[in-house]
Amino acid sequence: MDKTWNNKAWFMVLPVLVLVAFNAIIPLMTVVNYSVQETFGNNLFFFEGVKWFQEVLNSPRFHASLLRQFAFTGLILLIEVPLGVAVALAMPRSGPWVAVCLVLMSLPLLIPWNVVGAMWNIFALPDIGLLGYVINAMGISYNFTSQPLSAWFTVVLMDVWHWTSLVVLLAYAGLVSIPDAYYQAAKIDGASRWSVFRFIQLPKMKRVLTIAMLLRFMDSFMVYTEPFVLTGGGPGNATTFLSIDLVKAALGEFNLGIAAAMSIIYFLMTLLVSWLFYTLMTQSEAEG
Amino acid sequence: MARIDCHHIRHAYGPHPKSDKDYALKEVHHAFEDGGAYALLGPSGCGKTTLLNIISGLLYPSHGELLFDGKDVTNLSTQERNIAQVFQFPVIYDTMTVYDNLAFPLRNRGVPEPDVDRKVRDTLEMTGLADMAKRRARGLTADQKQKISLGRGLVRSDVNAILFDEPLTVIDPHMKWVLRSQLKQLHRRFGFTMVYVTHDQTEALTFAENVVVMYEGEIVQIGSPAELFERPKHTFVGYFIGSPGMNVMPVAVEGRSARLGSQTIELPGAPKAGTTGVIELGIRPEYVRLGASGMPVSIRKVEDIGRHKVVRASFEGRDIAAIVGEDEVIPADPKIAFDPAGINIYADSWRVEMGG
Repeated sequence: MDKTWNNKAWFMVLPVLVLVAFNAIIPLMTVVNYSVQETFGNNLFFFEGVKWFQEVLNSPRFHASLLRQFAFTGLILLIEVPLGVAVALAMPRSGPWVAVCLVLMSLPLLIPWNVVGAMWNIFALPDIGLLGYVINAMGISYNFTSQPLSAWFTVVLMDVWHWTSLVVLLAYAGLVSIPDAYYQAAKIDGASRWSVFRFIQLPKMKRVLTIAMLLRFMDSFMVYTEPFVLTGGGPGNATTFLSIDLVKAALGEFNLGIAAAMSIIYFLMTLLVSWLFYTLMTQSEAEG
Repeated sequence: MARIDCHHIRHAYGPHPKSDKDYALKEVHHAFEDGGAYALLGPSGCGKTTLLNIISGLLYPSHGELLFDGKDVTNLSTQERNIAQVFQFPVIYDTMTVYDNLAFPLRNRGVPEPDVDRKVRDTLEMTGLADMAKRRARGLTADQKQKISLGRGLVRSDVNAILFDEPLTVIDPHMKWVLRSQLKQLHRRFGFTMVYVTHDQTEALTFAENVVVMYEGEIVQIGSPAELFERPKHTFVGYFIGSPGMNVMPVAVEGRSARLGSQTIELPGAPKAGTTGVIELGIRPEYVRLGASGMPVSIRKVEDIGRHKVVRASFEGRDIAAIVGEDEVIPADPKIAFDPAGINIYADSWRVEMGG
């Protein structure tokens, strides 16, 4: 078949191109611009090459927040994915309770992030918050504003509360798509509950779980609002994750060069890990 | 292998069945003989899959008992009943190899590995899957997958019965034929008790020695393919089996003759006395003779379907179908006669015997 080439068609995509340029490419380029220059007042700029990048990559402060970031994301994935799958398995597959469960599960996802932070801040206050009060009443010393361990516990618990539902909903979608015949055949083959999970449910959920893990990785890696509202990165720097550190550098200390270099490194890392993760997961699929 | 007895089995999906309408299965009282090949034939929703799932233990009947070789298994689980079942859509364990798929039911039952290996190899041989034993099951074609499903049943050589729930639905037509004859071969060689659910009459009639025809939750007739053809016990069997189905027309019976409009038809015998209800005469198109003598009809359409022709005609204001040979000439002034051997009389849809 002969294709008709008409270069005038490019004009049709021009509006989109302009829009993308204004909301993505131009801001990104200013960041790139800052990351290679020293900035003074009165709009004075000096080219610095890769100096800021070297500085960021060698800074103990960056290493520390990067480590905290990986620890947080790792914990989140380790807790939310198995928990989400477990909850999805426990949900009914038919009947009137399905709708109730789905609505309950969706509720946390609908709450704005800063509201979640504020809610948990009050909820976890040791003197007046329900959670904080109960934990202290049980004889465990708990104060998320002064104890790093308490702060971590609260930040992780808040994220689990807010985002496990996403994993649940995706895993549930994978589960309900399995035809009944699979379960019947498993019964006839004498498969145990574990075998049903291992050889039927898990393989059928693999695709949606890949997406769930990818989403949870990206979101938790870039988490900002909730821990910022809850702990502000403290006590000390205990819950200062990459994004909070970045905002501190850019807006708190006005280190535009450092902050810009950090942004780019941060962005490339997120991209790289997501890509690695996705490639690994889809590759093992293709092998089958 | 075992003989399967269904003792007055009824089943309703709803919790509180009141009338007959609430029952998906009205009453089944029937024995499947040890080593027999049975087909459950009927339209969608007639209860055949329900009956099959009751036998395999995926469903527990609301009433009645199920016996395997005289032993009550009504309350036993699927696993304890030791049944194999092949479903409409092939069920395979994607992540396993073909070999592991077949070994799965044995390993679940704690069979020692050397025995597993021997049995799996036998089964691979039987189903013709030997050269793909090491392949992942995921990439196979539908008919190969269905063979794996079947193989997982065959591998347990002690199963009580193998049940098939429309197993050829997703198989390509030319493979259907191959698989069906392989099934028949397996049955002949190993003598499994097989129950095969289908809504396809060709499948049922070629597969089974005994065809169980079901209609609206009941068994309407059990018989060999020839019996179902010659002497349908219920008008439904007449319609459902045969192509085109049986001609059924309301008549008034007096002694050895039946009246339809202005015509009188000689019956092979007198229906037994006291036959009441709606009386109908049924005759297969194969027994309707078209010629120069008999009762007048007007022909509406002649369908040439290769080996013979189907003549659609109007007889006393009713549609009637007749089958004539490929080379027979259709007369200008067509008349029909009924071959007495093919005449059946029905009262309220059920066949009545005719005395000599």
